[in-house]
Amino acid sequence: MFASTMLRVRSIIRPTVGLRFMSAETKKAITEAVSSAPVVLFMKGTPEAPACGFSRATIQMLGQQGVDPAKFAAYNVLEDSDLRQGIKEYSDWPTIPQLYVDSEFVGGCDIIMSMAQSGELSEVLEKANALVPEEEEKQ
Amino acid sequence: MSSVLNSDQLVKTIKTRLQANEVEVQDMSGGCGQAFAVIIVSDIFKGKNKLTRHRMVNNALSEEISQIHAFTQKVFTTDEWEEQKRLYGSS
Repeated sequence: MFASTMLRVRSIIRPTVGLRFMSAETKKAITEAVSSAPVVLFMKGTPEAPACGFSRATIQMLGQQGVDPAKFAAYNVLEDSDLRQGIKEYSDWPTIPQLYVDSEFVGGCDIIMSMAQSGELSEVLEKANALVPEEEEKQ
Repeated sequence: MSSVLNSDQLVKTIKTRLQANEVEVQDMSGGCGQAFAVIIVSDIFKGKNKLTRHRMVNNALSEEISQIHAFTQKVFTTDEWEEQKRLYGSS
């Protein structure tokens, strides 16, 4: 299992480098991670210190949308090479960041950006009940 | 595929594999061949949602994308592309 805290990913002991397919253990850990919060982002770095422009842009967009931190979990793929490779295979998606909402793959930075522009992203987040309630936001 | 990618190769590859009638590739890597932004116009995207379209591109270019650090894509059908040009006046 990956994170004990929301933002940290614990390493998994793995038998060898250059593993072509992810292990059952990694797959299980990713499945758990994906469903660990309504909104889950696999990123490079942390929300406080993104390590890549695409991850940074994505975090900013989620912030602008008003995602409730209590409903959000981020996993730093740079802390775990199994996760870094495994998540690409798991999602069948070659790049990081990757966004999941309600355990469903939404897309990477390009898709999130265009969904933010079209208003689709707020619909998806609202449907997942993942936004900060408006009264609270104003305080 | 061991050689470093350049924009021209990538344009050719995209045109062939994705039957694109218009491709714009911007090399944002400063020459090291590791970061590209591409616009792809192809009617194979017709009726497909965004996620599916991006997966089509990712699959068609899986070898290339795995070699580079950053890949960003915008994909349109011919009609959507005409609409984009009309709206934003880009060429």
